[in-house]
Amino acid sequence: MTASELKDLRLTAVRVREGILTATHAAKCGHPGGSLSAADVFTWLYFKEMNIDPANPRWEERDRFVLSKGHTAPGLYSVLAARGFFPEEELTTLRAIGSRLQGHPNMNETPGVDMSTGSLGQGISAAAGMALAAKHTGKTVRVYALLGDGELEEGQVWEALMLSHHYGLDNLCVIVDNNGLQIDGRVTDVMNSYPIPDKLAAFGLHVEQVDGHDFQQLEAAFARAKETKGIPTAIVMKTTKGKGVSYMEDQAGWHGKAPNDAEYAQGMAELEALRKELEAM
Amino acid sequence: MADMKKIATRDSYGNALAELGAEHEDLIVFDADLSGATKTSTFKKAFPNRHFNCGIAEGNMIAVAAGASTMGLVPFASSFAMFAAGRAFEQIRNSIGYPHLNVKIGATHGGISVGEDGASHQCCEDFALMRSIPGMVVLCPADDVEARAAVRAAYAHRGPVYLRFGRLALPVFHDESLIDSFRIGKGEVLRDGGDVAILATGLMTWEAIQAGEALAQKGISARVINLCTIKPLDEELVLRAARECGKVITCEEHSVIGGLGEAVAALLAEQQPTPLRRIGVNDEFGHSGPAGALLKQFGLSAEHIVAVAESMLK
Repeated sequence: MTASELKDLRLTAVRVREGILTATHAAKCGHPGGSLSAADVFTWLYFKEMNIDPANPRWEERDRFVLSKGHTAPGLYSVLAARGFFPEEELTTLRAIGSRLQGHPNMNETPGVDMSTGSLGQGISAAAGMALAAKHTGKTVRVYALLGDGELEEGQVWEALMLSHHYGLDNLCVIVDNNGLQIDGRVTDVMNSYPIPDKLAAFGLHVEQVDGHDFQQLEAAFARAKETKGIPTAIVMKTTKGKGVSYMEDQAGWHGKAPNDAEYAQGMAELEALRKELEAM
Repeated sequence: MADMKKIATRDSYGNALAELGAEHEDLIVFDADLSGATKTSTFKKAFPNRHFNCGIAEGNMIAVAAGASTMGLVPFASSFAMFAAGRAFEQIRNSIGYPHLNVKIGATHGGISVGEDGASHQCCEDFALMRSIPGMVVLCPADDVEARAAVRAAYAHRGPVYLRFGRLALPVFHDESLIDSFRIGKGEVLRDGGDVAILATGLMTWEAIQAGEALAQKGISARVINLCTIKPLDEELVLRAARECGKVITCEEHSVIGGLGEAVAALLAEQQPTPLRRIGVNDEFGHSGPAGALLKQFGLSAEHIVAVAESMLK
């Protein structure tokens, strides 16, 4: 990618992060930490990777995205709004009565949401079902599923991986947001799911390991995923929970807590400073 | 009656899938290592590339079927009732029910007539679980013809459907014409009468028919109604029967908690208070034994229906 494309992506990611803060601040609840750790991959997927049409969110030939870690809906909503699926102003309705932006994604309410999720471990199975159906019907559709590292503790994830390998779903790309934290603390303390890449490889997947905040690494890994034939790919991203907002970074406490007014102002100021820095580059 | 043709509704399910599969390219089948027992193997033989074994992982199978349905396919996902409705309840609730996806759950081996396998496999809770999910249609056919009709209706219905089939061979009492006349949500009066209404579903419908005949011999006029659709309940038919008969008995191979009996009880309590007796499995687990002996032991028989009717009319 060119330097200017990279700059654009990084600027878009700032915008996505702002949307996450704005939405959770308005809702006074929600999950900013894991939304921010995945903000860069959200940006990559919706602005570069996926074959989609915001004007036609139900286009049959589109690539599919399943947010298996459904609690990070603010991240998904923010990138969908930035990409033009619905107005960015709507982000402040997150979790409010009558809003299209439910606490966890609802495919029948929000334009651009391909699967209703929220109960961990189920989204990856649905994604596998989409990939299986795409292959069965001869569609060239690719399916992306984003999982948390804590989510890997759900046994169903491994059932889905087994099936994906068994049916050779090379049109499925499983992304693991390895920010190392879950609600109750460090993944290694709560229930150690490590070593994640080794376990995924043992289940027969092609495994890529990247810095989930580095667009050039993401570009290369997703390109290799597309080239991989006969087996699904897993991209394990090392990320920082709360990335981009200093006081949230690597803090389990920010898994499911919204910023208050002062915290919101500080977070937005930090992101604004980052934007200025990027624009000056 | 001994010479009546007998077929288990699980066989009807497999046959109906194979028939429908020939008509509809978009019908696909998922199973969880029980295709020989659920009879989806019949479909697999005809359409091997549209049958996907998911291995022993029912929760995953349900959510995979949900995903496949979003791509325009019509999946039938199968396992035993215990593992489909029971183990995968939350996957059905969240990945099929909440998004109201077009997935059909074909659950075989419902009730205690599973027999020798014992309580771990005798699901008497599936109606309760499935009824509690908004938008879910719950069907429990009474014989071969109704089972095949129900599978067709389920395919034609847009939205989630739970179908319960049995392992035990049952007398086939319906005429083939039911294939065309069957409607989801519509009950069927099999015998007219005005002293007591017997509302039955699944294998209890045949017992209810026999009870109706036995009661007639004793001078008691029983109205026998078959309710294949547990949800949405045919409220009009049930209310009319309660109004005109004044006494109601429900019969199901399911716990008396949460099934047809409670659905009818709730309806009557609110709209047409009527003396009611619920015949079903009484808040207890089953155990191993031949199906016929178990059904008798648990009071799921024509004789027991007759006794209950007589006691109500005393």
